[in-house]
Amino acid sequence: MADEALFLLLHNEMVSGLYKSAEQGEVENGRCITKLENMGFRVGQGLIERFTKDTARFKDELDIMKFICKDFWTTVFKKQIDNLRTNHQGIYVLQDNKFRLLTQMSAGKQYLEHASKVNFR
Amino acid sequence: MSRPAHRRPEYHKINKDLFVLTYGALVAQLCKDYEKDEDVNKYLDKMGYGIGTRLVEDFLARSCVRRCHSYSEITDIIAQVAFKMYLGITPSVTCNNPSRTEFSLILDKNPLVEFVEELPAGRSSLCYCNLLCGIIRGALEMVHLAADVTFLQDTLKGDRVTEIGITFLKKLDEKKYRRKK
Repeated sequence: MADEALFLLLHNEMVSGLYKSAEQGEVENGRCITKLENMGFRVGQGLIERFTKDTARFKDELDIMKFICKDFWTTVFKKQIDNLRTNHQGIYVLQDNKFRLLTQMSAGKQYLEHASKVNFR
Repeated sequence: MSRPAHRRPEYHKINKDLFVLTYGALVAQLCKDYEKDEDVNKYLDKMGYGIGTRLVEDFLARSCVRRCHSYSEITDIIAQVAFKMYLGITPSVTCNNPSRTEFSLILDKNPLVEFVEELPAGRSSLCYCNLLCGIIRGALEMVHLAADVTFLQDTLKGDRVTEIGITFLKKLDEKKYRRKK
């Protein structure tokens, strides 16, 4: 097991590094979020490959979402998703009331103005 | 539910795969952004420095280590307490010079390269784990110790083990004791 503090700091540095490069160049805000999203995508792909090695095939979309909300989220963030909503037409809303990567920042008012920057994907 | 003020905080662990994969994605993105290996290495070192300056506070708060009296004590603490706490491994320590200012941390198993088979083509001088060097350097600087931290051996470059060399330089703030007249 690795320590959470190290991962949180690594994540903070990654986000701040991306935003600094955005301020220096003419890169729009959207492109750095895409970079962050791409990194997250890679990580997610790798993680899900390892986690679903021995699980049965998923029956449908809802089954997949349930896996993500329960097993995947528990393995990665040590808790389940608090609320899953869907319109049964392909849109799902996952709600986590205490997202582990942001609790340090959201606890007080110090970082309120920067809250919108940390768009974790 | 309110937390009583004196309750010991829980120290959370995360999934190691998440950390290792995130680091890998970061290095991959940096390789895309920068053509030269030196630039990637420098960026990783800079990021590590930023992390190290903050991580040392977390470390000192949680580990309750006593004041160290020598560089070798400090290196031992880095290897046996800090590495164990944050990465779950304990590198061995060797001293490289008789004046005891140069040390090496030997890692038999480097968790950061668990999913890396080999360095990408054309990236032979990439120091994949340079973040670690930056972290150690930043942490030491926050406790007023200047040091040079580099990779001496790297399993990704064909060496048997991973070796991180720490060279302690002159102390950053030298207290000058004034004689009371």
